[in-house]
Amino acid sequence: MTTETVISAKNLGLTFQTNDGPVHALKDVTLDIHKGDFVSFIGPSGCGKTTFLRVMADLEKPTSGDITVNGVSPEEARKSRAYGYVFQAAGLYPWRTIGGNIRLPLEIMGYDKAEQAERVSRVLDLVELSGFEKKFPWQLSGGMQQRASIARALAFDADLLLMDEPFGALDEIVRDHLNEQLLQLWKRTNKTIGFVTHSIPEAVYLSTRIVVMSPRPGRITDVIESTLPRDRPLDIRDTPEFLEIAHRVREGLRAGHAYDE
Amino acid sequence: MRRAVLPVVAVVAMIFVLWYAAAVALNAPWAQDRAKRAGVELSFSELVADTWAQDKPKLPAPHQVVAEIWKTTALKSVTSKRSLVFHSWITLSATLLGFAMGTALGIALAVGIVFNRVMDMSVMPWIIASQTIPILAIAPMIIVVLNAVGISGLLPKAMISMYLSFFPVVVGMVKGLRSPDHMQLDQMRTWNASGNQTFWRLRLPSSMPYLFTSLKVAMAASLVGAIVGELPTGAVAGLGARLLAGSYYGQTIQIWSALLMAAALAAALVALIGVIQRITLKRMGMA
Repeated sequence: MTTETVISAKNLGLTFQTNDGPVHALKDVTLDIHKGDFVSFIGPSGCGKTTFLRVMADLEKPTSGDITVNGVSPEEARKSRAYGYVFQAAGLYPWRTIGGNIRLPLEIMGYDKAEQAERVSRVLDLVELSGFEKKFPWQLSGGMQQRASIARALAFDADLLLMDEPFGALDEIVRDHLNEQLLQLWKRTNKTIGFVTHSIPEAVYLSTRIVVMSPRPGRITDVIESTLPRDRPLDIRDTPEFLEIAHRVREGLRAGHAYDE
Repeated sequence: MRRAVLPVVAVVAMIFVLWYAAAVALNAPWAQDRAKRAGVELSFSELVADTWAQDKPKLPAPHQVVAEIWKTTALKSVTSKRSLVFHSWITLSATLLGFAMGTALGIALAVGIVFNRVMDMSVMPWIIASQTIPILAIAPMIIVVLNAVGISGLLPKAMISMYLSFFPVVVGMVKGLRSPDHMQLDQMRTWNASGNQTFWRLRLPSSMPYLFTSLKVAMAASLVGAIVGELPTGAVAGLGARLLAGSYYGQTIQIWSALLMAAALAAALVALIGVIQRITLKRMGMA
């Protein structure tokens, strides 16, 4: 395991100016993410977990503090296409086939045709969608669409995968299956993953580290190192170890809420 | 499909009943007047028969209009000046040219408005203002000005069509090009896509449903524009010229047949766009 730092945030703050006065979406957020980590961000809505991910992706600008991605600013990282971003909705274009959708970022980035075809078939294989290249999004289930959108984020060589509640809109069974697949994919590709969720079992099952956040102002209240092995069958969720980590996450979330009302 | 037939037939039948009744009511005074001068008394059935068969009725009966259309389309050579097909083609050519120019102008303006903040702030009010000017007032000006610089014939009429048809296209396309949501635009940003790439790959395809809706309105407006363009110019050909000539000589049957022809033309053109819309959007997975 290397300890190369992929993301380094120091005293990061982001304040939105609204008509009702300033909203502190992030305050004094300090966190390092190392290469190969699977880091989950968990917390109630408004705790800034999505905002933090968006700052890493240069979709929001911090108003104070420092953040680097791969040692450079998020903007430079974005311009060098350092990360793949998976949104809550699959966001596939209905007028493009699954293959065409995965090819989209490759076209934009100027890969040649042969390389595009090779990469599309490789990532389709990775998310177990081989044979669906010529299908249109509406011919696929919601879970398959989300897998296609993950394939699209993997198609170019980004070592960092940022995922914003990618399975939030899917049902429990599909979600379990995708979680399992995501872990396998992470093991095989050794990517660094930042994963926003509001499901405690999901966070504990997937992560090497769980970052617990709390709202008003959005901040980190606890960082939990997972003691689970990297190999995780689904039934690991019934072990005492798993339950203990889940318990700690729940405690952390509750502590964050103690400031409320 | 079958369920739609009955209501449509019912509505059409109702229109015919009202039309025939209105023809009787409107044409009866003239029939009575003539009968009085001739010193005869008309029975009700004679009166009705007369109101449905006058030469220059206030409101011609449907069968008179149909007979006139039949006479001036099927029974005349299409190159004849008395052929409604000939006149329809004159109007149609101006309509299509104006529609093409209007669509191109509309899309170009919409692209400018979406991509350029200055245009967004400055152009839209003028576009809206342009549509508040009565087209009947500005049409002769356009014809006169263009004539003065040596442009006559098809183009001036097409310009008036363009003037009416670019507006729905601008409005629809601005909305359509702005229809991709935040997530889709953010996604493009994560790939560091250029404005160009975002336009061709996301904004333009997303705008297609809006474009087709606008094109339907634009096509109808374009036909109105072409007909209006024929009115003030003393044009000798075109549906507008037929309307004008008909009104000079009190040829109401000719006016109504030209009107129905224009309506049929508009319906056919709009339906054609509808078919292209269905096929395109279906193939794009957006229908």
